[in-house]
Amino acid sequence: MRGSFSTITKMFSAGVVTAGLLMSIPAKAADDTIKVGILHSLSGTMAISETTLKDAMLMLIEEQNAKGGLLGKKLEAVVVDPASNWPLFAEKARELISKDKVAAVFGCWTSVSRKSVLPVFSELDNILFYPVQYEGEESERNVFYTGAAPNQQAIPAVDYLMSEDGGSVKRWVLEGTDYVYPRTTNKILEAYLKAKGIAAEDIMVNYTPFGFSDWQTEVSAIKKFGSAGKKTAVVSTVNGDANVPFYKELGNQGIKAEDIPVMAFSVGEEELAGLDTAPLVGHLAAWNYFESVDTPENAKFIADWHKFIKNDKRTTNDPMEAHYIGFNMWVKAVEKAGTTDPDKVIDAMVGVSVPNLTGGYSTMMPNHHITKPVLIGEIQADGQFETVSQTPGLVMGDEWSDYLPDSKDLISDWRAPLSCGNFNVATGKCGGKGTN
Amino acid sequence: MILIRAIGLMLLLLLGALLPSNASEADLRAVIAKFATAANFPAIEAVVRELAASGDPAVERPLAALAEGSLYVRKADSLVFVGKESGDGIELLDALTGEKSGEAAKADITKIKVNNTLRRVIRDALGTLTLGSKDPAVRIAAADTMFKTPDAANIEPLDTAIANESVASVKALLEHARAASVLVSDRPEADKLAAIALIGARGDRDAVSLLTSVEANSEGAVKDAATAAIANINSTLALWDAGQNIWYGISLGSVLLLAAIGLAITFGVMGVINMAHGEMVMLGAYTTFVVQEVIRNSFPSLFDWSLVIALPLAFLVAALVGLVIERGLIRFLYGRPLETLLATWGVSLILQQAVRTIFGPTNQEVGNPSWMSGSFNIGQLAVTWNRLWILVFALGVFAVLLYVMKRTPWGLQMRAVTANRRMAASMGIRTPWVDALTFALGSGIAGIAGVALSQIDNVSPNLGRGYIIDSFMVVVFGGVGNLWGTLVGAFSLGIVNKFLEPYAGAVLGKIVVLVLIILFIQKRPRGLFALKGRSVEA
Repeated sequence: MRGSFSTITKMFSAGVVTAGLLMSIPAKAADDTIKVGILHSLSGTMAISETTLKDAMLMLIEEQNAKGGLLGKKLEAVVVDPASNWPLFAEKARELISKDKVAAVFGCWTSVSRKSVLPVFSELDNILFYPVQYEGEESERNVFYTGAAPNQQAIPAVDYLMSEDGGSVKRWVLEGTDYVYPRTTNKILEAYLKAKGIAAEDIMVNYTPFGFSDWQTEVSAIKKFGSAGKKTAVVSTVNGDANVPFYKELGNQGIKAEDIPVMAFSVGEEELAGLDTAPLVGHLAAWNYFESVDTPENAKFIADWHKFIKNDKRTTNDPMEAHYIGFNMWVKAVEKAGTTDPDKVIDAMVGVSVPNLTGGYSTMMPNHHITKPVLIGEIQADGQFETVSQTPGLVMGDEWSDYLPDSKDLISDWRAPLSCGNFNVATGKCGGKGTN
Repeated sequence: MILIRAIGLMLLLLLGALLPSNASEADLRAVIAKFATAANFPAIEAVVRELAASGDPAVERPLAALAEGSLYVRKADSLVFVGKESGDGIELLDALTGEKSGEAAKADITKIKVNNTLRRVIRDALGTLTLGSKDPAVRIAAADTMFKTPDAANIEPLDTAIANESVASVKALLEHARAASVLVSDRPEADKLAAIALIGARGDRDAVSLLTSVEANSEGAVKDAATAAIANINSTLALWDAGQNIWYGISLGSVLLLAAIGLAITFGVMGVINMAHGEMVMLGAYTTFVVQEVIRNSFPSLFDWSLVIALPLAFLVAALVGLVIERGLIRFLYGRPLETLLATWGVSLILQQAVRTIFGPTNQEVGNPSWMSGSFNIGQLAVTWNRLWILVFALGVFAVLLYVMKRTPWGLQMRAVTANRRMAASMGIRTPWVDALTFALGSGIAGIAGVALSQIDNVSPNLGRGYIIDSFMVVVFGGVGNLWGTLVGAFSLGIVNKFLEPYAGAVLGKIVVLVLIILFIQKRPRGLFALKGRSVEA
């Protein structure tokens, strides 16, 4: 389906490029500002998630300017629209860096868009802040990953389900959308579950296409799999739009959270806003932030957000918090380095520590991932999550999974003298390869 | 005010504690008060178990409230209440009697947290307590819970309940629950074998689930009987599974039919490659959203009628937009398929971005009316209400459209223009207006399809994208220009798809379907039912 669609997309990509160009805010040539690039899709399939992040960045920049800017200069946002078109992400990134001369870029959502801009950032030596949970197996000098690595979301979520509190789950359905993040995450989870003594016949893996909307067969297969006399849970890496019909079908076929809970990694407050959540109470999600977290920092963030967006009903979510952390880290690192020169900022970033919204501090680690708490929340009837479990301390992002044979010997440390994103401790050489 | 009431309540409580006749209630209150100090889930669970052990039906209210997440502790005096949302605050009700006990602001009370394990514990506890309920539905729920969580201690209460039960269907369920409990007890083997026979006759997935655990935990004749019963049930279920696949296929087919039927008019009858067709569906869905918003804010009692109200409006909105597109754009492009394709593609992008600007990029919530929620069983076949209604609706739309095309003067004119435009024009038919109205009709039908699809899919600016390719596939496969072809095409694609899915998975299943269509079109380029006429040759 999507295949034939993407050929049509290609036919018209020229048109979309023009549209994208028209939409970018013309950069004012002024030397007394520091430019910050925002690379999020404002049209196309991903606009549903990414537009919010663009607005969150604009809010953060406005607030920083109200506080007096950075290094005595005002910050200026340069917004471009890569239109959910992966090659266009690379083009737009190049434009931001070469033409607009931005000091750093905040952007991307899907892994494929991130992969498409990686060469541009290393070639032109700039900085990308990537705010979304992802599959790991990557560590780049020019990228700072402020979203969760698998060990900051997937593994603690599975641990919770295995615990007594989570229902001592013995049978697992790994349900995902068919692309790189779910496939890699499920590979890691499968290896992890087997390491924990789960038999292969107690794990069912299933993939569906993007935007899948007819879940009848899948949901009844889950029901069938769950009727083997063992406690069953679904771990869902189903992405974006496909979630609403999935949850509707679960509700209609009467799968209750007490019987077969669904643990989702891509369902946040935004996604639930399009759903009647009453039949879904008790299904779970794992994130590093929930809007319902009760801290003064979060209350202020939500109030600012509602004021900025002029709508009290708009929710906040985990990737927004990631941008909040990433932006504040960048500001601190620039102040520390005394310049916006990317090389100096990249060196200054490691070790920078800023408050997160859940009442602690997040620190940038040498592998360019950050420390975060992991929260497990249950869906409530009002569309919010209620935290039912939280890791006792902060979890450090692990880019190379210890559960995949290809990557278990790899580590990343961007500090001198190692300065390597894929150092193989077994061979003592830089340049190992992960799973994808 | 609240304070006075609280003091009054405390006095009442004290009084209650003093009077011997209320001793058990006072005991219950003492247990309920422990919720205030229970710091974590295991502690709350202990309180729940203590309440359940009392065996007093009065504990149903606080336990049910806890499961729903509406049991609160007032911060000021650590008293436990059932809370009900009212305006900005929470109305507090007495935890045992349900009497009004004042109000509180959200900040002054703390919700007692609940998780899935707790909900399960509560459900099991309530199962035993509600066996004697007057409402048969509650008794059925209780029997169901006790069947799923068998416990040897349940046998006695179940025996009493079976003796008192007057409704035959509930009695059967209670007997199943009793049989399940016998299987986990230390009763003699003969009892257990009888229980297995009874559960084997039940024949559903829950029975398999139960027997599987019995099989794993027993030996000898019981184990063999369980194995045989499982094999027996599974072979019956395999047949039901096939039936289930056919139903799923029909249901998918009805969705495809709804999405494609408007296109069968604009593309099938008129020959316009309308890439903006999906956006007409989206406009219909957004109309439903707007109607529901208005109803939610102004006439909440009408909510169950929202879809019926939205139908004509969605038709009008989409038909109007269709009319504007035809008059403003497409009529200049007749006979130039590539330009039409490009222009309508552009229109689709414009419409998407317009909706994104007006309503925002996020999903909008369209609620299901109560008559479209949930499911019912035919044998072992679970049929969801929303799918059933969509099937009925799709067939209804098809019938109406067929009538319009075959039995009305307008339909005659439409078919005449399609078959031979110049001849029709020379007979006095105003072909430009027939074109415009036909296009508006096709768009309007897409709009009402949007009302139905809003019930099963996201209402987002991308809604139409997901259906456009499927719609073209159905129309081309069924035969361009033939409504019956669209019907047969939609249902056969739906059924083939759903039969492949369990074996090949959703991704591969879709690919196989596409390959089959390509092969089919090679063999029969005009689709299943080819239309004969001048325009086709042209």
